[in-house]
Amino acid sequence: MRQQARVVVALGRRSVLQTFRRPQLLAPLIIFPTLLLAIQTGGAGSAVDLPGFPPVDNFLSFMLAGAMIQSTLLAGNAAGIALAVDIEMGFTDRLLAAPIPRYAIVLGRLAGAAALGTFTALWFLAIGLIFGVHIAEGIPGVLVMIAIVTASALAFGSIGAAIALRSGSASVVQGMFPLVFVILFLSSAFFPQNLLLEPASTIAEYNPASFIVDAVRDPVISTFSDDDMWKGAAGIVLVGALGSILSARALKRRLRMG
Amino acid sequence: MSAVPISHDAQTIWAMMRRSANELIRVPGAAIPGVLAPTIFFLGLTSAFSALTGLRGFDTESYQSFIIPVSMLQGAGFTGAAAGVNLARDIEIGLFDRFLASPAPRWVLLAGVVFSASVRSLIPATVLLVVALAIGAHFPGILGLLLAIFLVMWMAIVAACWGVTLALRFKTQAAAPLMQAVMLALILCTTAYAPQELLTGWLYTVAEINPITQVVEAARQGFIGDVTWAGTWPGIVALAGFTLVLGFFALRGMRRTAY
Repeated sequence: MRQQARVVVALGRRSVLQTFRRPQLLAPLIIFPTLLLAIQTGGAGSAVDLPGFPPVDNFLSFMLAGAMIQSTLLAGNAAGIALAVDIEMGFTDRLLAAPIPRYAIVLGRLAGAAALGTFTALWFLAIGLIFGVHIAEGIPGVLVMIAIVTASALAFGSIGAAIALRSGSASVVQGMFPLVFVILFLSSAFFPQNLLLEPASTIAEYNPASFIVDAVRDPVISTFSDDDMWKGAAGIVLVGALGSILSARALKRRLRMG
Repeated sequence: MSAVPISHDAQTIWAMMRRSANELIRVPGAAIPGVLAPTIFFLGLTSAFSALTGLRGFDTESYQSFIIPVSMLQGAGFTGAAAGVNLARDIEIGLFDRFLASPAPRWVLLAGVVFSASVRSLIPATVLLVVALAIGAHFPGILGLLLAIFLVMWMAIVAACWGVTLALRFKTQAAAPLMQAVMLALILCTTAYAPQELLTGWLYTVAEINPITQVVEAARQGFIGDVTWAGTWPGIVALAGFTLVLGFFALRGMRRTAY
């Protein structure tokens, strides 16, 4: 068991170092969501005056969670791309031939996604605090936000890994990039669910991404709500379970096909 | 100068535009990224921010009509940036060296690239317009439509000049995010999401001084009201200014590129 953990740690360390050494992987996760956060905060900032908008100090307080989850979705996509590159280059084949558990190959890669999740959570928290966001739940709220964002990066990373294992092509995983925005626009990431246009409003009501965003947002704009926290945890478990099952099936298929 | 070289130059530009069109015919998927991203953003922004029209000071009750010119310009920005990426690819595989070794003047090579981008920008613009009208955007009228298309094509020229400048500077497709991100920021740091008086914080100031705001407002006219000369000329002046500056840098890059 300890040896297996060491393998996961070693592969996770490799994937974290790889991500931070390649700016082209890291930059889109940080620059694009930050740019969009800045523009949407200035562009739609007056929305806080709309009837039905939840009481918030400012629009940035509302948007911060959306930017974090946008970043974790992109981190999941980046993890998938990195795994697909490993497959294309034959590195995964070497790991498959090594006396290590198969799940460690995926789990090691997901450790990289989780590290990116933590990094993006800290990045956006810093931006929020610099530009006047007040975290209603204080330090415990900040810790909960970091934990949820890290866990969601892990969950979204498992979906990216499943696509990478199934396709074995970095360009196919990269092609999933626009889906990130479909998921976000059909959730409460950028605007309150009750103010979205139909059918987006109905879809957002059941979209697990909405549950996760609402759980990250909850400590910023109000006191902890059990309902939001449970839903957020359920959303992460649901996405993670789906990604794990699909990854396991894709890995089995890849091994069967050789 | 005789008429013959001009005719040759026109033929070269036309040949480069045909080459760009052939790429789309042979690899239809090449047009998808330029169409998909602005379409997703158009539908997404409409779904998310439609309620903003309920705010006092909004010019229209149809957010689709308000945002569609922005998405069309965004499509032009992506298409223009893609021209830069394609040029970087040609540089990487050595094809551009052959163009440079040809007797075609540098400005002709540049014109071929930017006019190709201008024509290609009609693809996302058409798809976006059809989608927008299908979900309830106002028809802008013939004049409003022609004006919007004219400005979209010109915006693609500006974006292509930017893309070419970076492609010649960095000589790698890895510069693609920079080509796209700057165009995206330029177009969105305007009255893209809401009228000027409803913008908040830093964006209020930036949108006020960003010349592309004038382009967005000019392209938007027919969709939310009447087209006027007073609402049109500032956009034309802004695009002319950008074309002069970025065209100068692109041409300078072409002239400095040895073969």
